[in-house]
Amino acid sequence: MNERYVISILVANHAGVLSRVSGMFTRRGFNIDTLTVGETESSEFSRITISMHGDKAVCDQIVHQLEKIYDVKKVKVMARDETVIREVLLIKIANDADKRQDIMSVVDVFRAKITDYSPNALIIEIRGVSSKINAFIELLEPYGILEMCRTGLVALERGDGCLKD
Amino acid sequence: MKLKGAQIIVETLIEQGATTVFGYPGGQVIDIYDALYLAEDRIRHVITAHEQGASHAADGYARSTGKVGVVIATSGPGATNLVTGIATAYLDSVPLVAITGNVSNSLIGRDSFQEVDITGVTMPITKHNFMIKRVEDLADTIREAFRIAKSGRPGPVLVDVPKDVQNALYEYEAQPPVEKKSIKPICEKSLAKAAEMIQASKRPYIYIGGGAITDDAGTEIQALAEKMDAPIGCTMMGISAIPVEISRWLGMEGMHGHYASSIAQNESDLILALGCRFSDRSTGNTQKYARNSKIIHIDIDASELCKNITVDLGITGSIKEAAFMLSEMLPKQSHADWMAHVGELVAHTRELEKQNPEELTPFTAIDAVAEYTQPDTIIATDVGQHQMWVAQHYPFEQSRTFISSGGLGTMGFGLGAAIGASTATGKKTVLFTGDGSFGMNLNELATAVTNHTPVVIFIINNGVLGMVRQWQTLFYDKHYSNTTLERQTDFVKLAEAFGLPGYRACNMAELKAVLPKAFAESGPVLIDCAIDCDAFVLPMLPPSGSIDEMIVDPTSM
Repeated sequence: MNERYVISILVANHAGVLSRVSGMFTRRGFNIDTLTVGETESSEFSRITISMHGDKAVCDQIVHQLEKIYDVKKVKVMARDETVIREVLLIKIANDADKRQDIMSVVDVFRAKITDYSPNALIIEIRGVSSKINAFIELLEPYGILEMCRTGLVALERGDGCLKD
Repeated sequence: MKLKGAQIIVETLIEQGATTVFGYPGGQVIDIYDALYLAEDRIRHVITAHEQGASHAADGYARSTGKVGVVIATSGPGATNLVTGIATAYLDSVPLVAITGNVSNSLIGRDSFQEVDITGVTMPITKHNFMIKRVEDLADTIREAFRIAKSGRPGPVLVDVPKDVQNALYEYEAQPPVEKKSIKPICEKSLAKAAEMIQASKRPYIYIGGGAITDDAGTEIQALAEKMDAPIGCTMMGISAIPVEISRWLGMEGMHGHYASSIAQNESDLILALGCRFSDRSTGNTQKYARNSKIIHIDIDASELCKNITVDLGITGSIKEAAFMLSEMLPKQSHADWMAHVGELVAHTRELEKQNPEELTPFTAIDAVAEYTQPDTIIATDVGQHQMWVAQHYPFEQSRTFISSGGLGTMGFGLGAAIGASTATGKKTVLFTGDGSFGMNLNELATAVTNHTPVVIFIINNGVLGMVRQWQTLFYDKHYSNTTLERQTDFVKLAEAFGLPGYRACNMAELKAVLPKAFAESGPVLIDCAIDCDAFVLPMLPPSGSIDEMIVDPTSM
């Protein structure tokens, strides 16, 4: 019943579109887990990727409500097995000499990388599916997470299927 | 030809078929009003007492004709005064284009005098809105606003135009009115499935909403009802789609629906819902709603399917087309037992609603007024008990003759809407209102007088906020908190002060004496009709209640 859905939305690329989309979620009481927005291959369009948990009826309702927004050109619920999904995490950990080696080995195992090395803190960057990132965060928790920032999901369909107006 | 932006706005309104627009001048629309002045032989502008009244008037213009209503207001407070009217139109799917002025581009975002982010404010209550930054986009954007307003499920669109855009010069060439965006044809496979379900049904019930009026589908629905041998019930927004004298017509169901309509719906084994949205006022507790029925829901708006209740079959498309195609597909059905049972329910309903014709009650007052109206007379209402009494009891014969705020339930809607409807049709219009609702926007009496608008204002005056009082009586232990008005307003004198004749009726004999005088007036007239403050709207399903909890006789509670 309570599944995760990833929805890709192609929208017109002009001011105010994001607030039309996010406003719809707020006023209809839909909870979403992540929302990302960015450029596409065409300057006319932006692409919003939303992930949410719920049942199929809620997902269908969200799609229909999105399709009613004038600036929304195309909506697609991404099929789990047919989609490449990625997320990026930047995470800052205290740089303690006695824990550094342990942190390094976690970073290695997860094929993450250290992007900033300061006397008192490390910033680690990791890219992957959400479950991998969740596991990574869990492993780093004991070392003292100073702050972190996740991008939310981006997703593209495998093969030559494209989201086009 | 090069024109100023303000002139382009007015020319585009004219080209799109707006014959009358409603509004109120102000600093940031003064250029539009200058353009209206220059074009006054080609487009009429009605100035109201308040922008809210103008928005309701444009709404009444649209509801009575099916055309797009147009309202114009200045920036800031002018624009925010439209908000209730825009929300009213949004909830009832009324095509409306609101044009607002705004401060010049260079002043936007600086909290300038009378600046408000009206596109931000109206985002959740419009189908779409635009702010026009460049005069090059002006004409096409207004055309697009008309197209959006009337396409698919209609609704309001706001176009915000900064003052510098109104003053900039640009090339304008008239174009024909925009066409509605075409909709996808109905899925025939789904309709075949619907036909199968209808044929399997023994107790079908057709349930129509405002979509039946928007889509002008009354004739097709009647033909389908004959083919299915089914009764037809409706939501409040579906009233007037089918003439009341049709024997299959059960009228409104729901919170204050007729006994027969609500009970038949509950006892049916199949509900064919056309152009409605299963609002909470229609369904009550959705867990207990239509437990014995399968539901087929057909609507032009795909997002309405399975939004409020889960249905067995949802189909997106035109209900006019769907009703026609279903009639063609189906062999003639016969449900003699079911229709006989429905007939008994109707007879019982008549018994419940029977009144002594000599006594002045809400129903007998409505009957008395109906003696003076024509089949095409538009009946507008405000919101509250009087609205439900009219919805239940007035004998509507033609589509688009009932104009009432359904979804938003806007007290103060009626007078503006009645003026708009009368202005649009050129016909005498009756407004049933309550003393509470009327008090909200009675300033529009001035508009009716100035324009000699033939509106018969009938105040069902019980001195209380009757609908809330009814709830207080039934569910709040008679705690009449702030619903007993104790005002000393003399509506007859008030009418005279505004410059229209006013009459008072305190019993049936007085009412019968004043009605011929009132209906003989060629302009606006007011009748203040006294009704008992304890008159109830019955039956009633308690809020979030089910059909089993229907209150028919409150004294037995």
